[in-house]
Amino acid sequence: MTTRPATPRARTPQLAGRSGPPPSRERAASAGRSMARGARTAARVAGQGGRRALSVWRRSLQVRVVATTMLLGLVVVAVLGALLGQEISERLLESRRQQVQAQAEQGLDQFRLALEGSEATTPELLDQFVADQLLRLLGDGLEADRGVLLLRSPENAQPRYINDRNAGELLPSSIPTSLRAEVQRTGDQHAQSIALQGEDGVVPGLAVGQRVDLGPLAGAYELYFVFSLEREQETLERVQRVLGIGSVALVLLVGAVAWVVTRQVVAPVRQAAGVAARLSSGRLDERMPQRGEDDLARLAGSFNEMASSLQQQILRMEELSRVQRRFVSDVSHELRTPLTTIRMAGEVIHEARHDFDPAVSRSAELLATQLDRFESLLGDLLEISRFDAGAAALDAEPADVGEVVDHVVELIRPLAESRGSRLRTHLTPTPCMAELDTRRVERILRNLVVNALEHGEGRPIDITVGADADAIAVVVRDYGVGMRPEDSAHVFDRFWRADPARARTTGGSGLGLAISLEDAHLHGGDLEAWGLPGRGAAFRLTLPRRAGAAVSTSPLPLQATGRTAVPRDA
Amino acid sequence: MKGRVLVVDDDTALSEMIGIVLRGEGLEPSFCADGDSALEAFRAARPDLVLLDLMLPGKDGIEVCRLIRAESGVPIVMLTAKSDTVDIVLGLESGADDYVPKPFKPKELVARVRARLRHTDQPVPESLSIGDLSIDVAGHSVRRGDTAIQLTPLEFDLLVALARRPWQVFSREVLLEQVWGYRHAADTRLVNVHVQRLRSKIEHDPEHPEIVVTVRGVGYKAGPA
Repeated sequence: MTTRPATPRARTPQLAGRSGPPPSRERAASAGRSMARGARTAARVAGQGGRRALSVWRRSLQVRVVATTMLLGLVVVAVLGALLGQEISERLLESRRQQVQAQAEQGLDQFRLALEGSEATTPELLDQFVADQLLRLLGDGLEADRGVLLLRSPENAQPRYINDRNAGELLPSSIPTSLRAEVQRTGDQHAQSIALQGEDGVVPGLAVGQRVDLGPLAGAYELYFVFSLEREQETLERVQRVLGIGSVALVLLVGAVAWVVTRQVVAPVRQAAGVAARLSSGRLDERMPQRGEDDLARLAGSFNEMASSLQQQILRMEELSRVQRRFVSDVSHELRTPLTTIRMAGEVIHEARHDFDPAVSRSAELLATQLDRFESLLGDLLEISRFDAGAAALDAEPADVGEVVDHVVELIRPLAESRGSRLRTHLTPTPCMAELDTRRVERILRNLVVNALEHGEGRPIDITVGADADAIAVVVRDYGVGMRPEDSAHVFDRFWRADPARARTTGGSGLGLAISLEDAHLHGGDLEAWGLPGRGAAFRLTLPRRAGAAVSTSPLPLQATGRTAVPRDA
Repeated sequence: MKGRVLVVDDDTALSEMIGIVLRGEGLEPSFCADGDSALEAFRAARPDLVLLDLMLPGKDGIEVCRLIRAESGVPIVMLTAKSDTVDIVLGLESGADDYVPKPFKPKELVARVRARLRHTDQPVPESLSIGDLSIDVAGHSVRRGDTAIQLTPLEFDLLVALARRPWQVFSREVLLEQVWGYRHAADTRLVNVHVQRLRSKIEHDPEHPEIVVTVRGVGYKAGPA
């Protein structure tokens, strides 16, 4: 067998007589294309619905697992299908080709036998004989699936007694010239795939040719059998169809299995996520149902243990906070009652100090002033422990910051005058409304201004109000001793003093700025400090217009560049 | 000369000290150290003013306040050590007229006591009307038609202050100064609580007040007659 295995290609338009054996490379490419097509289809299915599908893809583990499984299943099925289809078609065609070649051989033998036994001595008789033989070779019934051609070899030098003949509907041009050349060259049997013009389109066929000698009278001829492979083609198509349907069903089945399996895994995970969300929203009694002893049950178990532990922690913290608050409240009461008595006694003694000798009189004065200091210290301590216990509540309502500033300045003016400092306010032209806890904001501003007076060396103090869409700000700037930049980070520390040697003239508790910072944070705002030795210091309070809203930038710069120089009118 | 003050406080040192200060001001203090006997002591002493500690052994100050208020309109000033706002509001709602947070200075205490005793000193004959109410200032009585309405002295003062100037809108600060005698702005919740209590006694429908009207963002004024 010298011919290469040929495969008819389904419904491929090919010019009759111009076909060659399709290279196996092309088949592989075809299989690859169908794989790529499968992958594209899967991708298209997954991508349906555009962005919405994309978000489902991102958010649903189940969709992702199912899609991936189906995609992989599709690839496997496509490869298997391609291999199987190729194998089947090769087997089918190989057996048919062998059958065809055997039939052609048999037909030829029959023809030769008849030729030897014929008494056709004249060209006319021979012609008649050949026509009869060709009709017989056509076969009948199931065998009538072929055409037979007798073609005169080009090198035949005998007179042309017999023309090219054909039985069936085939034309001599159906036989490809390459096949004829091959037959003419060797004289042996050769086969080649060709495309035939069938009733509905092109169908694959197989042409088998061999040289035949019609004796001295007519010379060399070539006998060709052309077999239609339509039935094999149909069988092949049916097989491919069944394979295709089977593949789709298999992929869908795999997808369904993946869906069910992931559902079993994903459902508890989703449940856990839901329970976790409810837990974090404060419903501490939420737990996951725990069934069986599998991995998911262990997940539920661990999750519930975690939730219980969290709940215990939270309850313990709450208890601690409650105890702390209770303690603060008790200390408050227990300390304040005797302090009130001492205070009144001190006051009574202070009132009568003129009747005493100078030492006792001075003692009475000291007692009175230190009681004031003790009281403010106690108040600050209680306030800061209220913050620590988380018991501080914001009582915010809309207010004009400018008004609050004016009020504070009014209250502090006597102190400022006694220190020789001028308080200069720079308000916004329009009211500057924000949700404020006025009591706390007043306390912050009072602390800042008193602090500025204490360190302001009698120079003026600028109080500037600024606002933007989200926040309001107040900057309190003094031009006094200032502070080192590294100190500005510590000024809000409790009981921190820039210079421990510095006299405590106004007798602050050392907690004022710490409380102010807590007050600012309670609003969702911030309090920052800046300073340079000898140049003064600035404190900036930034508060959101809506209490609790986040503030990223402040409407005012901390260090007002225009007013950094020490003013002349100090 | 009226000036009997009942001091209800379990801290005897503080009570004694308060006594010293009050006597120094020419007032007559009497004492009671626990909540259970407070009402008895009140009936026995018939004081013109009660200084009441909120935290008491036995009945607590709020309960005592309610009991005293149930049978008398005598001014009650709470002594509070707690700065928890809830307790102050609770005390005011149970009938206290004013409060002094501990630790207080003697002058503050005396000022509060004087302010609450002041209006009983010199009755001036005067007759006012507000809404469908008629007020006899000297007789200290309020009537709707023939029906007398019982008000505490503080509620009476509040109503009179509003009725004297029906054209004026009173801010909470102004009312604090005129009715409570505060010099500086203090706790405006005092005003809110007492206006609510006054309304519950004089309004036809306290949910929709017509006699003491709220002016949003400013304060209160007398409703149209």
